[in-house]
Amino acid sequence: MAEPRSNDAFVEFERVQKSYDGETLVVKDLNLSLPKGEFLTMLGPSGSGKTTCLMMLAGFETATHGEIRLDGKEINNIPPHKRGIGMVFQNYALFPHMTIAENLSFPLEVRKIGKSDREAKVKRALDMVEMGAFGGRRPAQLSGGQQQRIALARALVFEPELVLMDEPLGALDKQLREKMQFEITNLAHSLGITTVYVTHDQTEALTMSDRVAVFDDGRIQQIAPPDQLYEEPDNSFVAQFIGENNTLMGTLKEIKGDQALVELDDGEVIDCKPVNVSQVGERTRVSIRPERVEFNKDRLQQGAHTLKAEVLEFIYMGDIFRTRLRVAGNDEFIVKTRNAPDQVRLEPGTQIDIGWLPQDCRALEA
Amino acid sequence: MSDTADTGPVLAADGTPLKRSLAKALRVQKIRALLLIAPLLIFVLISFIVPIISMLSRSVENDIVQNTLPETVPLLAAWDASSGELPGEDVYDALARDMVIAVNAKQHTKLATRLNYEQTGIASMFRKSGRTIKKWDPVADAPFKEKFLELHDGWGDIETWKTIQTHSGAITNGYFLNAIDMQKTPDGIQAQPENKQILIKLFIRTLIMSLVIMGSCILLGYPVAWILANLPAAKANLLMILVLLPFWTSLLVRTSAWKVMLQQQGVINDVLVWIGLVDDANRLIIINNQFGTIVAMTHILLPFMILPMYSVMQTINPTYVRAAKSLGATDWTSFWRVYFPQSIPGIGAGSILVFILAIGYYITPEIVGGTKGVFISNRIAYHISSSLNWGLAAALGTILLVVVLILYWAYDKIVGIDNVKLG
Repeated sequence: MAEPRSNDAFVEFERVQKSYDGETLVVKDLNLSLPKGEFLTMLGPSGSGKTTCLMMLAGFETATHGEIRLDGKEINNIPPHKRGIGMVFQNYALFPHMTIAENLSFPLEVRKIGKSDREAKVKRALDMVEMGAFGGRRPAQLSGGQQQRIALARALVFEPELVLMDEPLGALDKQLREKMQFEITNLAHSLGITTVYVTHDQTEALTMSDRVAVFDDGRIQQIAPPDQLYEEPDNSFVAQFIGENNTLMGTLKEIKGDQALVELDDGEVIDCKPVNVSQVGERTRVSIRPERVEFNKDRLQQGAHTLKAEVLEFIYMGDIFRTRLRVAGNDEFIVKTRNAPDQVRLEPGTQIDIGWLPQDCRALEA
Repeated sequence: MSDTADTGPVLAADGTPLKRSLAKALRVQKIRALLLIAPLLIFVLISFIVPIISMLSRSVENDIVQNTLPETVPLLAAWDASSGELPGEDVYDALARDMVIAVNAKQHTKLATRLNYEQTGIASMFRKSGRTIKKWDPVADAPFKEKFLELHDGWGDIETWKTIQTHSGAITNGYFLNAIDMQKTPDGIQAQPENKQILIKLFIRTLIMSLVIMGSCILLGYPVAWILANLPAAKANLLMILVLLPFWTSLLVRTSAWKVMLQQQGVINDVLVWIGLVDDANRLIIINNQFGTIVAMTHILLPFMILPMYSVMQTINPTYVRAAKSLGATDWTSFWRVYFPQSIPGIGAGSILVFILAIGYYITPEIVGGTKGVFISNRIAYHISSSLNWGLAAALGTILLVVVLILYWAYDKIVGIDNVKLG
């Protein structure tokens, strides 16, 4: 996906900073733009500034510096109720003293929409989330998943072009969460609305989004489509935060275009792809995904460097096997293999040689 | 075992009915729980329930006439008050026998006080007669009619006898009638003379002023409770201390402070005169009237409004208001449509608390209320400690209790008592 040009950006953050106490910046120099119809997820550990960004976009926090634009207009000084942004809150925030229908009708009433129009829209929104029969109930009478759908319907009933979601699935159990992930993305795409979704659950981020912005320490560490984020992390933080990763520490020995040689701390040399290291002699953290590690020699590239490894533990997990190895002094080196009929089950104590394709092994900053 | 369960009661493993086994197993627990609450239960019983029942019974109790004049009362019952003639010799003789015993036991003054509520002058008549009657011999000195008539003109007045006859029953509704500005006369139930009709007016004034005090507490307390609930904890605690400070000051000191503030030569008037808003000659009268009572009591009862409101508002998640705003509601709409309805239980709890406390308040109206700002409770206190008409005081108290219970019931019907949260 091409980086959207600034002039067709629907939502834009430009050099936005935020501080609560005047001493530390919670958001440091945020630049972000997303085109109409995109589903963007802000992912990051707690305290990384992602929720603050969402709140600034919604209007509940003011940016200390910088400009936030919606559809080309600066919205820094527009109060939340005039922004016309739909929002789904973490605890749903359904008004407990109103029925479901009244909850949905509320945004239409404050927009002074006529009664018959209102009823039609409420009905359509309820049908959209398959909750048509629940209009007369109170929020407390619904299950968590049902409340979630109502919160979604309420955020969409006044047909906003932008919807913000603040960890909306956090309170649901795993199965329901997976179902809702699917429903939310489907709904967002079929209605063509732009969505900014905040979560700390990386699976959620990967499965739902068009693009994911990984936040840490008040900055976006990487913003990319899920596959790119997973396979080509830009730095150590992203590599560690998204999915499981094996890391080996070493020193950059030689760099030749897209290929580099890294000397690990125990003297072994491996091939990798340099990402954000360029100086020979620089410390580097080499990162390999557990499912990209290969110990079948036939599948390795000719002349590829291999490492000696000792099998420490074999864990049967049903669909996959998880094998823990000692590699270059690292006892936590994990290999994941598919449970296929011809798959080898490595016995603890076995000595093997492991290797990988150079592009799967990324040399990142230490 | 399980096959018998279909036909008879469910049995425990040893063959006893399961219900009995369960009760046995729980008995120790129940006894322990009862023992734990026993001190409080006994205390409440002795210090609260028994006095209230005894007080309530005083409002209808009237056995003093029967007890003091045991022989006279039955004889007098046969007398026809409408005949226009004095009772016969037998009644006077019986009266002499009763009175000799009563005077020697010093019971006649109590009876005199009781009858004096109904007809002024009887008390002095009894007291004067008592001294002579003491010397009479109930057998040797008979007949007594002439002697009584000589003793005091009152004994020859048909009204006196009518009063004794009317109020000789063991149970009377006289106190309740008095409490609502009526009186029980020999000619039936009548309204009090207009210059004595003050109690109903006082009841109505008490209700209206309590409502005004409750209303001002809501208006002043709501914003404070809101700020308390929305401030960060450290600042909220400081403000909370300010709210609670009046609680830690003696009620008497607070009320007296209002006296200093509000009197004509007091702080407020002085300041107003100094600014020039008020002329020195026309200083405002803001104490010893209803205004003074309302100001002082609003101040004193305010914490009782703020605390329940605060505890309810604390539970209202701020995301509700955020959600309302994100849905397009202005600040006012999100407050009025979303925040306020959720805070109503707090208002309800505070209102009940303040209203019920206000309706029975005594010290503050007594000190700052003057004559126009006093409550029904001041009248009750007067009858208990000054006029010693405990029957009337009890009747007034009973009516007050019933009014509060009716209002409570009405509140339950209209707002619903489930909507009240005290914390």
